[in-house]
Parts: sequence; C-alpha cells; structure tokens
Amino acid sequence: MLWLIPILPLLGAALNGVFGKRLSKTLITSIAVGSVALSFLVAVREFLTMLSLPESQLPILTDYFTWIQAGRFQAQFGFMLDHLSGLMILIVTGVGFLIHVYSAGYMAREEGFYRYFAYLNLFVFFMLTLVLADNYLLMFVGWEGVGLCSYLLIGFWFTRKSAADAGKKAFIVNRVGDFGFILAIMLIYWTFERIDFQGVFSRLGEASDFAVEPLGSVGVLTAIGLLLFLGAAGKSAQFPLYVWLPDAMEGPTPVSALIHAATMVTAGVYMVARSAAIYNHAPGALLVVAVVGAFTAIFAASIGLVQTDIKRVLAYSTVSQLGYMFLACGAGAYAAAMFHLMTHAFFKALLFLAAGSVIHGMGGIQDIRKMGGLRRVMPWTHKTFLVGTLAIAGIPPLAGFFSKDAALWAAWNDANYGKLLWLVGVIAASFTSFYMFRLLILTFYGSPCYTEQDVHHVHESPNSILIPLIVLAACSIVAGFAGVPPVLGGDNHIQQFLTPAAHEAKSESLGTTAVELTLMAISTGAALAGAGLAYLFYVVRPALPERLSVQAHSMYSIMLNKYYVDEIYDSVVVWPVVRMSGEFLWKFVDAFMIDGAVNGIGRLVRGSGAGLRHMQSGYVRTYAGWILLGGVLVIAWFLK
Amino acid sequence: MFSRPKHMEFVGSNILTIVTFTPAAGALLILFYNRAHARSIRTFALIITLLAFVFSLYLVARFDSSNPDFQFGVRVPWMPSLGIDYSMGVDGISLFLILLTTLLTPLAILASSSINDRLREYFIFMLLLESGMIGVFASLDFFLFYVFWEVMLIPMYFLIGVWGGERRIYAAMKFVLYTMIGSVLMLVAIIALYFIHGNATGTFTFSYPQIQSALASGRLVLSPAIELWLFVAFFLAFAIKVPLFPFHTWLPDAHVEAPTAGSVLLAGVLLKMGTYGLVRFSLPLFPHISHLFAPLISMLAVVGIIYGALVAMVQPDMKKLVAYSSVSHLGFIVLGIFSFTIQGLEGAIYQMLNHGISTGALFLLVGVIYDRRHTRLIEEFGGLANRMPVYATFFLIVTLSSIGLPGLNGFVGEFLVLLGTFGVNHIRAAVAALGVILSAVYMLWMYQRVMWGRVENDRNASLADLAGRERAMLVPILIMIFWMGMYSSYFLRPMDASVMKLLNQTQAGRVEYARDLNTFLSAQRRARSASPIGRSLKTRSASPIGRSLKTRSASPIGRSLKSGCAGSQQAGGADEVVRSALHVFAELTTPALQPFLRLRPIGLALRPAVAPPLLCEEGNVLASK
Repeated sequence: MLWLIPILPLLGAALNGVFGKRLSKTLITSIAVGSVALSFLVAVREFLTMLSLPESQLPILTDYFTWIQAGRFQAQFGFMLDHLSGLMILIVTGVGFLIHVYSAGYMAREEGFYRYFAYLNLFVFFMLTLVLADNYLLMFVGWEGVGLCSYLLIGFWFTRKSAADAGKKAFIVNRVGDFGFILAIMLIYWTFERIDFQGVFSRLGEASDFAVEPLGSVGVLTAIGLLLFLGAAGKSAQFPLYVWLPDAMEGPTPVSALIHAATMVTAGVYMVARSAAIYNHAPGALLVVAVVGAFTAIFAASIGLVQTDIKRVLAYSTVSQLGYMFLACGAGAYAAAMFHLMTHAFFKALLFLAAGSVIHGMGGIQDIRKMGGLRRVMPWTHKTFLVGTLAIAGIPPLAGFFSKDAALWAAWNDANYGKLLWLVGVIAASFTSFYMFRLLILTFYGSPCYTEQDVHHVHESPNSILIPLIVLAACSIVAGFAGVPPVLGGDNHIQQFLTPAAHEAKSESLGTTAVELTLMAISTGAALAGAGLAYLFYVVRPALPERLSVQAHSMYSIMLNKYYVDEIYDSVVVWPVVRMSGEFLWKFVDAFMIDGAVNGIGRLVRGSGAGLRHMQSGYVRTYAGWILLGGVLVIAWFLK
Repeated sequence: MFSRPKHMEFVGSNILTIVTFTPAAGALLILFYNRAHARSIRTFALIITLLAFVFSLYLVARFDSSNPDFQFGVRVPWMPSLGIDYSMGVDGISLFLILLTTLLTPLAILASSSINDRLREYFIFMLLLESGMIGVFASLDFFLFYVFWEVMLIPMYFLIGVWGGERRIYAAMKFVLYTMIGSVLMLVAIIALYFIHGNATGTFTFSYPQIQSALASGRLVLSPAIELWLFVAFFLAFAIKVPLFPFHTWLPDAHVEAPTAGSVLLAGVLLKMGTYGLVRFSLPLFPHISHLFAPLISMLAVVGIIYGALVAMVQPDMKKLVAYSSVSHLGFIVLGIFSFTIQGLEGAIYQMLNHGISTGALFLLVGVIYDRRHTRLIEEFGGLANRMPVYATFFLIVTLSSIGLPGLNGFVGEFLVLLGTFGVNHIRAAVAALGVILSAVYMLWMYQRVMWGRVENDRNASLADLAGRERAMLVPILIMIFWMGMYSSYFLRPMDASVMKLLNQTQAGRVEYARDLNTFLSAQRRARSASPIGRSLKTRSASPIGRSLKTRSASPIGRSLKSGCAGSQQAGGADEVVRSALHVFAELTTPALQPFLRLRPIGLALRPAVAPPLLCEEGNVLASK
C-alpha cells in the first residue's frame, strides 16, 4: 500500500495536467486537494502500521521493479518506511494538504489554475518519492523532480521576467549541488558496490573493506559525506548555494510556504539524517556540516534584519533556520535536526501563509514599509502571525523554543568548537527574534502607512485561507511538546522515536542539568532581547532605525544589498564564463582556429592547384625544361 | 511440435534484407509517380517508412537476448573472387539502433510538409538515406559496410545542398569533404586489413566476423605499428562522424543549413554511425591500441562535453545551439565507450538511442516554429508559451529529457556513462559531470528566452499551436522518453550478452598483446623506473576498484594500462596519463614510420596503389612472425 501514497498525487497531477483546461475550477480543486487528502490518510495508516510492528521488522521494504541495471550495478524502484521517512511523509502530506486547501482560495482568480494544481500535485509526488526511496538513486529522482516542480512553480507567472529568471536560477544553482550528489552516489557505488540504504549502512561495519586509496576508509567516507552535503547545501539553501531561495519568492506565496519553507528545502536535512551512518564515520564531514550550518544561520539572519519585503525576510529566515538544522546534524544530533525540521515546517508554513493572506488583502503589496495597523482589519491573520512569530523566535513554550534549544544544546555538546558554534547560534537566535518582531510590528501595529488610494478596501481573507492558518497555528503551539527535554520534566519523545532510524551516535547530556538550564535561560534571554530591541526601534523610538542606518551607512548598505553575493557570483562566475564561451571558445577557437585551419587547407589546395596549372602552359619548351629538371634531380638522388 | 509455415521461415531468414531494402524499393517506386501528385507521394513515402518500422519490430520480437552473437544472419557470396559477401546480422548493440532509424524516419517524413520544391527527388533521397543507415548498422562485411557508409553520404549531401538554407552549398561541401577524408582513410584501412588477414590465414575475405575471430583467436596477430595505423585510420573516420572535438565544426553548419528532416536524421542517426563504428570495429579489432589511447580519447571526449556545452550556451540560433549540444552529448557516448566497463558501454549505447530521440525531437520542435516564422534566432521569439501552450509543454519535456532529468530517458544513459567512467577515473567523471550542470544552463536559458516572458514581437502574436500532424510526430517521441526513462531494463537486457562478449574480447586481446610488446615495454620500464609513474604503478589499492584492476595488471602491458586508466586516481594523475600515453605513442610510431622513410620516391611512383601493397608486405612480415 506504500505505493499509493505517492501515486495518488501523481494521478491528480496527470488528470489536471492533461484534462484540466476543460474542467471546472471546483473539479480541479477536488481532484488536487482530494488526492493529497487521500494520500495523507493512507500515510497515517501506514505510519500506524509501522508503529505497531516490533523494531526487528523495521524498516518496511518493498521493491516494485528494477529501474536501472548494468553489470553488477542495480537501482531498484523501491520504497522504505521507517521512523524517519514516516515522520516525513506525515509532514509532507499533512502540511501539503493544508496548503492545497489554502491555494484553492488564494489562487482562485488566477489564469492557469489547473496548471498550478498539476504542478503542486506533481511536487507532492516527487517529494514523497524522495523521502520514501530505499536507495540513493531513487532519492535522486525525487530530488531532481522537486527541483523541477520548484522551477515550474517559481516561474508560474512566466510572463514576468523576474519570475522566469528566478526559476532558472533556482534550477541551475540546485544543479551545482546535484553535481555533488551524483558524484557521491557514484563514489558510494564504487566503494560499497551497492546504493541501497540498508546495503550501504550494513557494510559500514567492515571498515577495512572499503578503503579506497589514497583516501583510506575515513577519507572516502569523508569525501562521500562532503559530496552529499554539497547536494544538501544546494537543495537546502546553505552558504554558498543559498542565493536561489530569496529569489524563489517570485513564485506564488503558497508555493513559498510548501516548497521553499516546509518541505523541499528540508530535503537536504533529511538526506543528511538519512546518511547518518556514513556521517558518523566521517567526523571531518560532520564538522563542515556544523560550521556551514552555523555560519549560514547567522549570515542569513543578519541579511534578514534589514530587508523590507515581507516574503524576503521570511526567505532569509528560512535559510537561517535550515542552518540550525544542519548545525544540529553536524553535532551528530540528527533527531534534534528532524525535530526542528518538523516544528519549522509548521511555523514557517504558517508565517508564509499568513504573509500571503496579508499580500492578498493588500492587493499584492509586499513592502512592509507600506503596511501597518493591519491588526484591526485582519484580526485572524494577525493572531496566527503572532503565534508564528513567537514560535520561531523561541519563546517558551511554543514549538520553536524546544526544537531550537535541542539544536543549540547539541551544538554545545559537540566536541569540536561546540561552544563557539553554540554562541553563533544564540546570536543568530537574537537576530531571528529581532527581525521577526520588526516584521510583526511594521505589518500589524502602529498606524497604516498606506492610503486608500494605493490600496482599495483592505480586507480579511476568506475561510479557505484562514482555516489552514488556524490549524498550523495550533500545531506551532503544541508540536514542541513532542520533544520536551528531560531537564524540563519531559522525556523527549521525538528523540527516542527517531533514534533507531537516525543512527544517533553520541550519548546525550554531556553537560549537567544546571548547565543545560542556564543555556536555556540564555537563549530565551537572547530571544527576548531581540524582541525588546525591535520594540524599542519600531514602537518606542521610531526615528532610531533611520538614524542608525545613516550613522552606520556602509554596514547598513552591505547588509541591505545582501553582502553583494549575487553581484560577486555574476562578475566572478557568470560573466567570465559567458564571455569566454562567446568570445574565446566560439569566435576564436571554433570559428577562427579550427574552421580557419579547415578552410585554410581548402584554400591551400585550391591555391596550389592554381599555381601548378602554370606548369601546363602548352609550350613544348616549358615541358622540355621540366623534364630536364626532373632528370637532373633523379640522377642527383642516385649519385648521392 | 509443429513446423512453422514456410513464409514465416522466409521472413525469418531474410528479415534484415527486407527491412534494409524496403525504403530503397519505395524510392524506386516513387520514380514512377507523376510529380504533380504531391500528396500521394508524401503519403506513399510515409507508408513505406512505416512499413519498414513494422518490419523492424519483428527483429525486436524475435531477438534472443541471451545470445551474444549476430542473429537473423544472411550470408550470400557477392563477389566471391574478392571474398566479398552480402552478409548481414544484428546483435544487442545494433538492434535498437536499427529501431531508432526506422522510428525516426517516418517522423522526419512527417516533418517535411513544408517541402514543395522537387518533392519527388526529396523523398527518393530520404528513402535511400534510410536504407543506407539501416545497412550500416546491419552489414557484417567490410565492403558492404563501406558501400552503405558512402550510400548514406550522397542523399544527405543532396538534402543539405538542394533543400537547405542560405549557406547550403558551403555546408554541404564541408560535410562531404570532412566525411570523405575520414571514409577514404577507413577504406585504405579496410583494404589493408583484407590483405593482412588474407596473407596471414590464406583466406582473403572482407567478412567482419571472420577477421575478428582470427584476431581474437590469435591466428592473425597485428604488430603494434600496424595495429596503430589501422586504428588511427578507422578512428579518424569515426571521430569525424561522431563528431569528436576538434573534428566537429562541420556539424553546426550542416545542421543549420539542412532542412528539418535532414537535421533530425543527421543528429538522430548519422552521428551514431561514428560511435557505433567505435564500438563495433575499433574496440574488438584493435583492443590494445584502444586501451592505450583510451585516456587520450576520453580526454578529448571530456573536452568536447564542456566545450560543446559552453559554446552552445552563447549561440543565437536555436539549431546551432542544439548542434553544439550534440557535440557535448556525444562526448558522453565516447567517454562511456572508452571506459571499458559494462556500465559505461551500455550507458553509451543507451545514450546513442537517447540522443537520437531527444535531439531528433528538438530539431522537430525547432522545425515547427521555423515553418511558421522562417527564423530560428532566439531573440526573435519570447512568450510563445502564451500562444502555444501545448507546444511549450512538449518542448519542456524534451528539454528536460535532454538535460538528463531522472525519470526521463537522458538520465539513464548519462548516469551509466558517468558511473562506468567514475570506476576507472574519478577526475574524468567529475569534470564530465560538470557538463550536466552546463546542459541545464544552456537548455533552460533557451527555453526561457523562447517560451517565457511576454509576446514582444508582433509576428509571434498570432502563432497557431501544434496541429494534428505535428502532434502525431511528437507523441511517439514523448512515449519513448518516458518509457526509456522509467523502464530501462527493456532496452538494456538485450544488450547485456553482446556487450559482455565485446568486453571479453577486448580484455582477452590485451594479454596476447602483452607478449608482443614485452620487449620494448620492459626497456621502457627500466628507463622509467626512477620516475614517479613507475613508482605509482607499484602501489596497489585494496578497494573493489583496485581489485578489479588487478586482473588487468597481470601483464606488463596491463600494468602500463593501469597507469593509463586508473593511475590518475592519484592526485595530478591526469597529465601523467597524457604523458605516458604520448610516450608510448611516440615509441610506437617510430618503427611504423620506418618503412616510409626507407622507400624511395621512384618506387612509390611505380606502384599502382600506394598503401595496400605497402602495408601488405609489412603485414606479411609481421603476421608470419
């Protein structure tokens, strides 16, 4: 029955894609939403079945057919259900279902309604393939497939150049990551002679057997880990491959919520957690994962501090939060990473959808400087957005507090530079809190900064938009209780739940209870400080931000311009490559050198023919002269 | 059991002749048509090609996947005094290439609706071309092969030169001259092989299986120098046809100037002749030199992959862009062939089919808007997805297939090639994999500029979406794209036996070669023992890769091959490979050049044909040793 879970959305995509043009909007919506709803129900059933099985019978493996086979290489089309993929299918189909419902209202007036839902369903199919795959290559199918859907959905409004550009950028930057992934798969095959998860992980024990010169066993696993992480960094928007995600906000807002916040961008985290067995043998790779994660967390958060587009702030926030997940992975706490992945899926989907509701109500305006006072007009959107803000900022006892704390605690316990990584994480947490409260205040509080001329009748959104918001808000409040740490009297369900699947290597709680509680207090304090600062800046003394931006102008403009990373890529990579290809390779090497040589030979032949023609002048004396010359040369040759 | 009806037996033993000559027979019949009846000529040509396709399905239906040898064989003496047979057969390597030909030709005929000028001659050439292409894949006699090889060239020359674009004469001449240079060299090599084999075994024959088995069994031993020259001659012919960088510049011109159907068949099938020749002839006949040159050729392939992709990226003309993308894609095929792994070879053959389908489809698609707008410049378009949504969808799927999206056909071939190459040389595979990134860049960039955005150009405002005929020619391709992407076993399994046999042949040949080369290589080893290469050869890895290489390194030549193929796993290995390959190259060419240096000009002038007797004497001496 496992195959039903992805097949249902695929069926929906096919129906809407092929016949959608002739179907009514109601029918299109029922097909799209219905297929994901059914898929969710089957996923719940399968999940419960899995829970009822004893540990020894896990994971549940089903092979359907051989996809590629050549020599001893074999890639099956097969699914694998264990705790890790079980959690993921619930998130994907659950959050996916809510966003489908939301989209029905949000996209109601769009042209290409059927196309939108066909893509969205197709996305769910590929995402489920990604998480259910029982081998790396099938995972790669889902991996590229979600990238394709992301490309299509970012470019959904393809008549806008910025949207078309953003879609292309997303695909190509992701391909850079995929380059690492595909090399990793090949290295895995030539090291272990197989690519299915179970097979690879079971061989890891025989450490001496897979040593590849000159890397050695640790070396080859580190190489695999780093290459896989390159793939993860592309998909999950980590430094230096994060640049596509902020641009991806050109897509419709529900897409940003589903693909670019809740599910697809977490695929990298899932992949690293899935490969935990490999990473546990590759401490070097883990360190890189942790450092990149921590750096991205603070780097993206700092950009988020000054952005003025509501979706872009959330996009940078996503990049930053994904950094936390990798920080946890890098510290060996895969369960904590998955925990944060889950809570983040709830509260970030919530924030995006609420932002969408704001944009919807404002008639398309996304600049937070033109908003303000929306609290009175859009009460429900405001309430849910507030919940989301509290959750992501890490205010106890909302979901974000527990999951972020689990990640930070794991970082603290990491043997390599753990304390430093923890500190970076805490500072990033205060940034997070600042930019989120700034967003909240500028959007919903104060007095309106728009006039009735700009925006006609700002209104609260319809129920199909509000209900998903409320459900997600509820999840954002309670989801954290799945992972209450022992020091707070909980027993960390999620940790225990994921441990068998995630190959957790480290024993928990290296520090004492007192240390853990102190750290928790510090991080909460950091969050509160960020919130307080936002309150000071934007409520108590609204003139302060402006004065600061003038005083620290260079710093401010660097952050506003996102550290000029896009510009650097353009001038260091894109421009030189295009110029070199056009001017040097094509115009010089191809047209001038190779073709020049070819045509040159042609000219030479023709020219020499024309020259030799003069030998046959028709005069006997000329011929006699040639004969004499020839005779002399022959004699000279023999006499030599 | 019951006996099969008589007519079935007739079909069974003559099926290849039927498939090959159905189009030629059709071409003959078209001669009797009144040239005024344009419609009926079109329909007739389509029916003939469909008939050929249906006949070729019989090959698939009756093909025995477990048999590595040639099936459906026919062998009839043609010119017995010269040892020339009419001999044909199909194995797992050529089976689907024939299918590809018979599938693409009807589609190309469907795409010829805009041809109105000299219609009768056009279809005659199309049909003759198809016969020539099938014949190349099916023939087992060198002479017959060469005849088909040349037969194929003539219709294509006319298709480009008569029905082509503005610079058609230049393009047609360039195409013919490039190809001729290669084929003349090949002809010389074929004749040389004929005499060498005849002198050594006493039977003068052009039969490929016979010569091949004589080489494999050791009844015929080629000296290194002779093998080198023969290899180079064959290789140049094939490399030009592929085209391998830097022999590729005829391709963009030919593609741009050819009519749509010509481009489809040129890219879809004709380019495969080169790679097919490498697999069919170069590898099994000259395994030693193939192995020796593998690093060098692979490097050219990798350069071609990157170079083709980069140049494709900056093309303003859609057809030229696709043409350069072919250079890149065919680089993958050559890379796979010279990886000498089962994954690489099967991936290469699979990629031949993929490229035929995807690139054929791209040319069909470009042809669709060329028919409407009479331009192929990317900047002339933009926003077509608004006006032609079905067209945009088809184009997207083909684009994705071309850039190797997993689940579609292109990925399977590309991945297997990379996997096979990776097992031999990590760096080579990694650089080639960069081409996968670049393919997304140039294809999606083109897609965006043509399809997305607003309709800015008024002339695009009223374009009609795909008509029924155009859908009919694209739907079969879409089916193949999904089928080959999702269920590759159907196509890969019939290849297994033949590819394994081929690999065994090339491996076995290597051991004998080691004996012959022993003398000079040992001298070389002594000279090099102090150099880094020599040292690196002594290190053995305990990995599966290393283990698989150990079988090769049993002999001195094997060891030198290890330095060639696998040695570059070590850092900085890439240029070591080139250096060692060039070193051996120099060692080999010196003795080979000696006969030329010794000969006097007069002696040359007195002989009727220069090369064959010369090589024949040389072969005599070497073969009798």
